[in-house]
Amino acid sequence: MSEVASKELRIVGFLCNWCSYGGADTAGVGRFKQPTDLRIIRVPCSGRVDPMFVVRALITGADGVLVSGCHPRDCHYTDGNFYARRRLEMLKRLLPFLGIDGKRFHYTWVSASEGQRWQQVVTDFTKQVHTLGPMHQK
Amino acid sequence: MAEKEYAYFCGCSLEGTAKEYDESIRAVMKALGVGLVEPDDWSCCGSTPAHTVSHVLAAALAARNLSLVEKMNKDVLTTPCPSCLMAFKKAQHGMTGSEEFKVEVNELLDEPYNCGVESKSSLQIIYEDIGLDAIAAKVTHMMPDLKVAPYYGCILSRPPEIANFDDPENPVSMDNVLMAAGVEVADFAFKLECCGAAFGVPKREMVNQLSYKVLEMAVDAGANCIAVACPLCQQNLDLRQGQVNSTMGSRFNIPIIYFTQLMGLAFGMSPKELGMDKVFVSADKITRRITKAEYEKIKEEEAAAKKPQKAKKEAAAEETNN
Amino acid sequence: MRVGVFICHCGSNIAGTVDVAKVAEEARKMPGVAYATAYMYTCSEPGQKEITDAIERDKLDRVVVAACSPRMHENTFRRTVMKAGLNRYFFEQANIREHVSWIGLDKELNTKKAIDEVRMAVEKVKRNKPLFSTSFKVNKRVLVLGGGVAGMQAAIDCADGGLEVIMVEKSPSIGGMMARLDKTFPTVDCSICILGPKMVDVAQHDLIKLHAYSEIAEIKGYVGNYQIKIRKKPTYVDWTKCTGCGLCMEKCPTKNAYDHFNFGAAPTRAINIPFPQAIPKKATIDPEFCRQFVKGKCGVCAKVCPTGAINYEMQEEIITEDVGAIITATGYGLMGIENFKEYGAGRYPDVITGIQYERFLNASGPTSGHIIRPSDHEEPKTIVFISCVGSRDKSLGVPYCSNFCCMYIAKQAILTKDHIPDSQSYVFYMDIRSPGKGYDEFTRRAQEEYGAKYIRGRVSRIYPKGKKMVVRGADTLLGTQVEIEADLVVLGNAVVSAEGAAQMAEKLHISYDTHGFYVESHPKLRPVETNTSGVYLAGACQGPKDIPASVGQGSAAAAKVLALFSKDMLESDPAIANVNINTCVGCLKCVKTCPFQAIVEDTLRNGKKVAKVIETVCAGCGVCTSTCPCGAIQLQHFTDNQLLAEVNAICQK
Repeated sequence: MSEVASKELRIVGFLCNWCSYGGADTAGVGRFKQPTDLRIIRVPCSGRVDPMFVVRALITGADGVLVSGCHPRDCHYTDGNFYARRRLEMLKRLLPFLGIDGKRFHYTWVSASEGQRWQQVVTDFTKQVHTLGPMHQK
Repeated sequence: MAEKEYAYFCGCSLEGTAKEYDESIRAVMKALGVGLVEPDDWSCCGSTPAHTVSHVLAAALAARNLSLVEKMNKDVLTTPCPSCLMAFKKAQHGMTGSEEFKVEVNELLDEPYNCGVESKSSLQIIYEDIGLDAIAAKVTHMMPDLKVAPYYGCILSRPPEIANFDDPENPVSMDNVLMAAGVEVADFAFKLECCGAAFGVPKREMVNQLSYKVLEMAVDAGANCIAVACPLCQQNLDLRQGQVNSTMGSRFNIPIIYFTQLMGLAFGMSPKELGMDKVFVSADKITRRITKAEYEKIKEEEAAAKKPQKAKKEAAAEETNN
Repeated sequence: MRVGVFICHCGSNIAGTVDVAKVAEEARKMPGVAYATAYMYTCSEPGQKEITDAIERDKLDRVVVAACSPRMHENTFRRTVMKAGLNRYFFEQANIREHVSWIGLDKELNTKKAIDEVRMAVEKVKRNKPLFSTSFKVNKRVLVLGGGVAGMQAAIDCADGGLEVIMVEKSPSIGGMMARLDKTFPTVDCSICILGPKMVDVAQHDLIKLHAYSEIAEIKGYVGNYQIKIRKKPTYVDWTKCTGCGLCMEKCPTKNAYDHFNFGAAPTRAINIPFPQAIPKKATIDPEFCRQFVKGKCGVCAKVCPTGAINYEMQEEIITEDVGAIITATGYGLMGIENFKEYGAGRYPDVITGIQYERFLNASGPTSGHIIRPSDHEEPKTIVFISCVGSRDKSLGVPYCSNFCCMYIAKQAILTKDHIPDSQSYVFYMDIRSPGKGYDEFTRRAQEEYGAKYIRGRVSRIYPKGKKMVVRGADTLLGTQVEIEADLVVLGNAVVSAEGAAQMAEKLHISYDTHGFYVESHPKLRPVETNTSGVYLAGACQGPKDIPASVGQGSAAAAKVLALFSKDMLESDPAIANVNINTCVGCLKCVKTCPFQAIVEDTLRNGKKVAKVIETVCAGCGVCTSTCPCGAIQLQHFTDNQLLAEVNAICQK
């Protein structure tokens, strides 16, 4: 057991309250099993996610960061997720210049009804981060 | 030099009972500027007998051939035979879908297969890669007596997630190819019906009944010829047409011709070159050919005769409305 | 700072896969935590009392509850801490049920994760600031989108409750799908006879203002204060003059216009009144078919109209209405027959859809209630109904059940026997789904009393044979193939979301699922609310449902609006953006990015330019906060400090 626990990596998730956070709830209610590495931070909108949060997380100890918002055009605040998409795409391209593998960061769209999709997103991203291994040598 | 070149797997049927399919495909492809290269030392595709015994062994047979194609540095393999096609596609689907299965299959092979080859039917190559315009441009002859029921058989478009070609329940590729070749096509409801397939040996009666339905529907649709893309369909409907007639009390005499043979005829090739003499029900009577110029002249005359009538009708209609 | 942490067992929901005692023990060690405990059901009355008692006893000034999703119980616990005298924003909820205990099986890992979640909440709550709502005035008018039975019910209930109602209907008449039905199950009541009075109520109610043949152009604002722009589409007929006499329709020379009301069951005229009971009973020109538009000459209707109502030059018009709440009742659509390739995909005229058949049955339909084969207008004797056409079919993207097809097919089989006594109906079904009151009895009647033959199995192909359509399928109960030579085939085609449903949702800022149906706030307990306060759902826009369910939802949505409007003032959400004028450099990037135009330029007394948030307009998205280069504008309750505290709680432990 403890051996498994030590293998767990640190993944930080920023989830939009209106869609992805609800999608993660829906996945929970549906008992869609997921890896346990992810820790979720609730934000009002993916547009609230400052790219600095992502960088800060990766530099200070996270092995991966996931941002999930509402599908484009389906934003609770009209177009917050469009801002998010621009900023986060820029960030994804910038990360390698900071010496961080771009695969450690992922942004996606999951709606409140897409519990199964959420399970898939978490499983795939966790797997991806695990293939990269821990970012910080302890 | 051919403009395009594909790896070509003719399969066992086209070396024997369906030789005319092979001959006509090679002739038509050549005319369309497409080169076909056979993999060296190809072997059984792993179809019917193999996959009923073991999925792994069947996939290994298919993958062996696909790895030969990989060695030729080709990423597309074309095969005229739907059974071969399905064997390749199933192997590809299984091996790309499951790493475990891939390892299991590759263990049986001398050269591992890296899943880098896409298999396409020859119909798909003609329809999608060569295109209808290129076909139409090659047409020199018309067959005014011919009306064809295009018969796709069961596995060219199904199951959709594996076949990944055309509409699974109402395919139109062969219809469109034949129309581009200037052939009149009937609205045929049994495009995908079962012909009885490989049950010709163990359950002849059943195959006769199933083939009967296909033949009957083609005749009902007003067709005098069935175009096929599968050696097994061709065999059941053509070779066994006499059997069907004797078991079912019917009197069918409808030629079963590969769509590539019909294309070749439209391209002005000789019947001999296309293996037209190898089918059991002769198509000589319905494949009377005239040149395209002659055909267009006849059509013009017909249109000229009709025109005054039509104009009169329109004028009358206008009057009643006002 | 004295934080209290309360870990909920939630029975065995959490305690089953999380060691709650361990979580509480670890929480006690966290800096700033003065008290931590685990309790069986924290949301229960004694559970909440435990919190208020602890606040008093241990002088707590912040509270963390680790339990279910905050989307579930955040408000419950905010009220609890308020009762004990704390600001409601001195509370955070850690989600250790949906996000932990329900998705992981490994108790050790779950416990570890739950501890992290609690640590994050503790770090955040320590940085929470007291926030206070302001109140604002409510505009007590309601917008109802859609004039089907659900929308009409909602409008009438709201208006009877004394509210002013604006109803917008996109087609020329209200009535929706129900107006097209001949009879309703399971009573075989005449549909228009029970719907007609409601339509008249809508038309004649003093408080209901109807905009037919109109669409929503734009929605701005927030609960209590919406500004709606309505696009009135040109009808090319001046409705103030049109008397609905129908003379134009009689004389129109274009006889092949597509009949939207009859779902193309038969063609109609280019100028038409959709049905005799239409409200408003006014004519509309379809410019796609009208000769005046297509060919540029005709003018017959203008010549014959006794009141001179025809106006070919009419333009669309945009009008504005201010409302305080919106009820969305935009209904559903039907999957097009072209998707069903194995059934002919619309190539065979004698394969029709259920709604088209319904129009043939209806006395005001294209055949005046006579059942005919569209191909030769003969009376069919053998009729095959196929249920689940498209529904419950993943390959067509519709994995769900369309809810009412089983019932309307049973009804149509019964009506067929009434219309043509020597007819025989066959019904191919997957399962008979008839769970409503009196529903199962009804499907039994169709079989036992009216002799409809029910065959359990799918149809694989339909093909023509002479004048007949051969329906070939499986009878899975007998284990055989069946072939039926039918005169007419009726497809129970799948219910899909209404055309443009997604775009409408985007205007309303409500969520929709992958199929385009609108998502309710809670599937069990908030079925007519959305996550956008002030927007409510009624009827099939939320998912396929039959008439009683739609009417029920219409009334429910009206009750919600009446409750909302029972107060003159509403409390605003104080979690909005706030500018620190000392650090703001006046770049005004936030002004450009704000999706709500809630930020304006302001000049201080010393002449310095800064950004200023209009409190009532800010919706609290925080886009400005992540735009601001100097961190001067902060979304309260989700400030940089608070979110980074959460990040640090995970990354720097």
